[in-house]
Amino acid sequence: MKPGPENVGDCGTSSHFSRRTLLRAAGCSGLAWLTPLGRILAREAEQQPWKPARSVILLWMAGGPSQLETFDPHPGKAIAYGSKAIPTRVKGVQIGAGLEQTATVMDRIALIRSVTSKEGDHERATYNVKTGYRPVPAIIHPSIGSVICHELGDGGVEIPTHISLLPSQWPARGGYLGASYDAFQVGDPSQPVPDVRASADGERQKARFDGLSVIERSFLKGRSFDQKLPESDLHRDTQQKALRMMSSEQLKAFDVGSAPAAERLAFGDTPFGRACFAAVRLVEAGVRCIEVTLGTWDSHVNNHETHAERIRTLDPALAALITTLESRGLLDQTVVLCGGEFGRTPTMNAVEGRDHWPHGFSVALAGGGICGGCVLGETDPSGEKKRPTDPVTIGDLHTTIQYSLGLDPDKKIMTPVGRPMKLSDGLILDRILA
Amino acid sequence: MNAGPMIGRQPLPPPLPASAVASPRGLRRNVAFIALMILVGVVAFHVIDWPEGLLSQPKPARPLPVPPPLDPEMAAVGKRIEGLLTKDWETTGIAPVPRAPDLTVARRLSLALTGSLPSLAEIRRIEQTPAEDRSRAWREHLLADPRSSADLAERFARAFVGVEDGPFLVYRRRRLVSWLESGIATNRSYAETVRDMISAEGVWTTRPETNFITVTVSPNDRDEGPDETKLAARLTRAFLGVRIDCVQCHDDMLGGPWKQRDFHQLAAFFAPSEIALTGVRDNPKKAYEFRYLKAAEKTSVPLKVPFYPELLPPGGKPRDRLAAWTTDPQNGAFSRATVNRMWELLFGRALVDPVDSISLEGPRPPILDALAEDFSAHGHDLRRLIRLMVMTEAFHLDSKAPDPSPSVTDQQQEHWAAFPLSRLRPEQLAGALQQSSTLGTIDRDAGFLRQVTAWAQGNDFVKRFGDPGEEELKERPGTIAQSLLMMNGQVLKERTMSNPVMNASTRIALMAGTSAQAIETAFLAVFTRRPTAEESAYFAAILNPLQGPKRSEALEDLYWMLLNATEFAWNH
Repeated sequence: MKPGPENVGDCGTSSHFSRRTLLRAAGCSGLAWLTPLGRILAREAEQQPWKPARSVILLWMAGGPSQLETFDPHPGKAIAYGSKAIPTRVKGVQIGAGLEQTATVMDRIALIRSVTSKEGDHERATYNVKTGYRPVPAIIHPSIGSVICHELGDGGVEIPTHISLLPSQWPARGGYLGASYDAFQVGDPSQPVPDVRASADGERQKARFDGLSVIERSFLKGRSFDQKLPESDLHRDTQQKALRMMSSEQLKAFDVGSAPAAERLAFGDTPFGRACFAAVRLVEAGVRCIEVTLGTWDSHVNNHETHAERIRTLDPALAALITTLESRGLLDQTVVLCGGEFGRTPTMNAVEGRDHWPHGFSVALAGGGICGGCVLGETDPSGEKKRPTDPVTIGDLHTTIQYSLGLDPDKKIMTPVGRPMKLSDGLILDRILA
Repeated sequence: MNAGPMIGRQPLPPPLPASAVASPRGLRRNVAFIALMILVGVVAFHVIDWPEGLLSQPKPARPLPVPPPLDPEMAAVGKRIEGLLTKDWETTGIAPVPRAPDLTVARRLSLALTGSLPSLAEIRRIEQTPAEDRSRAWREHLLADPRSSADLAERFARAFVGVEDGPFLVYRRRRLVSWLESGIATNRSYAETVRDMISAEGVWTTRPETNFITVTVSPNDRDEGPDETKLAARLTRAFLGVRIDCVQCHDDMLGGPWKQRDFHQLAAFFAPSEIALTGVRDNPKKAYEFRYLKAAEKTSVPLKVPFYPELLPPGGKPRDRLAAWTTDPQNGAFSRATVNRMWELLFGRALVDPVDSISLEGPRPPILDALAEDFSAHGHDLRRLIRLMVMTEAFHLDSKAPDPSPSVTDQQQEHWAAFPLSRLRPEQLAGALQQSSTLGTIDRDAGFLRQVTAWAQGNDFVKRFGDPGEEELKERPGTIAQSLLMMNGQVLKERTMSNPVMNASTRIALMAGTSAQAIETAFLAVFTRRPTAEESAYFAAILNPLQGPKRSEALEDLYWMLLNATEFAWNH
């Protein structure tokens, strides 16, 4: 990483001047409504019934999908290189060809076509988008799901409340919140969840735990575990949680095979489709954050073919995810985010590929508090200007999602290195909120 | 040239009648087949490392060689360091707990130096050694063991370059680790090793130390060359134990002394380095420019060190100067950072936490300063440092209070009046899991198949368990996924199930005559201790009435219990 003034905010101290604090400091009290807390207070003042969302589903497009072939098409322009667009249920909003099913639920989806970041390397950009902060040496930031689990608690759910389905190379991590906030990783739901079946049957398992308690008793005699460690981190306690999970009915949420075929196959007969269906069932079981990965968008070669193939998997899954959440009455309490670590260049390289492009890319949002059919920003149709209209930062995206969940993004958490850190650093994107 | 025609002229043997050949030819084939089978058998015998005692009676263990007595100079230093601990206990009024059993101390040392446990065979050797020599003898045995240099090299490499594969083509992590390993094996001065890395020039394949530089090359843009800010951050944290990289973007706002300038002036030493056809080299024309926070434009950044400026040589290539400054015997930060990291590896907890953030002005623990002074005064000798630390009373203390006193307190642990409890790192756990389920020692002499299995299962286990990478020295709470893996996971199942070739549980079931022997062997292999009377009685009551497969099953269960216990997963 090359240093520069644009890096300000990296180290994450509370003392950085964000745009927001500058505004406040300048005495523009009239703009105080921009702050999340202000918004929350305002909402309360309005006395409107507002129920924040309680879960997040992150559809992670690993490798960086092209905005031009997905949510920000420029048909007929040179930068499209022949890519077509289709109309959607929302008048005047077009998306990439191949996303026909998604087009029918566009009135539930908000598009941001102007996300910008400064990270063009897969690992760093993944970190950036998943945590809302750029990587720094001093600290590892928690992923959005970890923050939500930390702030909202597990709500009595017996299975892990932060789950990564079909995890990519860099699944969501708890960072400074601790490894207990790492996403629990599960593969294709057509396979059983790993390691949740006891390796011995009932009687034998009981005998094992009886014997284990004899051994544990003699070890704990005269010893005390560091009292600074929270109770839940002790060996036995984690074991108890694991046992509770092994016998939990909620594990059935993973078993999509038991659902009616019509419902299941609407998501597409793919690992990603099954995982999206499992994500709905997990939200129903009370899980806070589910990350579902669809990989290999990294189309340095044959961009159009790569995307057409990936979109065939994405389209039914995304559309069915939204309709199923809605039909089960879960859409209002769930924020759905679909996006990757960056977009792709408006130009084609010599092997008909598009390279990394963090300067303006798209994400789709849906669900709790999100304005269906809204569109924010656009990349330059000529491909000449790097900067999109209405640029949005990764921090803004996180702030907006946290706000939808009723969190105060300005809240500070004390990190192990003694630095207070805000939940996120950005603005609320009013224009995509309902 | 003549070979062809020569062969062509060879006379062919006359054809034999079919009836005459059938029997002798068939016989020859049978003999050849039998010989081949015998050969395969002999090879298998060597490759698989057959259980000692399965086919023959185990040989009595040889005692460990007893090292020569300590030279008086080092004994005096040891005594002085001991005095600092004792004085601390006296002034704070904290009473140390009694010494831990020899085998517990041996377990700590194995975990720290080899990342594994003492094998059953090694335990027998330790016990054959006279009690007063055991600790020293085991220490010297492990210091000479190639596993120790390999493990320490990996620990250092994590701090120096992390665990990622890094930029393709210009970075070879494995080379750097092997290079560090040979340095440790030959007890090369640690200062020289570090000096080589900072000032490295040449190609990453033939000059392994250059990988310290090339790991920072951007994977997307090799022309940008090594990243001076990443290098400066690594240098301050890994070698100096200070976190100046926190002021990369702004002056310290938490009351610390650092200015944004301090970091970038240090980074400027690395700015001229670039990647050329001849590898890493310095381009004197490349200067470092930076726009500071609130500054209008970029300014040229001078080469300055953030502290002890008098130690910086006035002339020479920038990285040579920086290397000399970093490793100067007078640069206490360098010695302290090394001492703190080594203490953490041995005790599971650093003298100053976090391990890479040690105050320059103090106050610091007196023992840190004393060890650091000795380390720089004796040519940055890592083995001497390890010996001094292992010699301390603190390393030999128990981690529990004697019956019936109340439990060990946090205060006792913090003042090294009791050995601190710490969770094993994932790769220590993998190593311990492999070793404890095997009766022989898994070292370079172990059977090929066993080594390969240990490596493959260990890798898979660490991956599933979650490798913390360079963060490995930080406190890590356990996760549900880890508990599930230990209770129900495939690796554990494979290492405890019935398998007379590979698994200790089965072999104990076959070999041990009485239940008491079987239980004792299992406890020694997994916990490096004998069972208590209560434990012994409890498991004997289960095992005694059983025979055959049921008995094997019960021993498999015993192994499962031991491996899932807190005692196994923690250093104590």
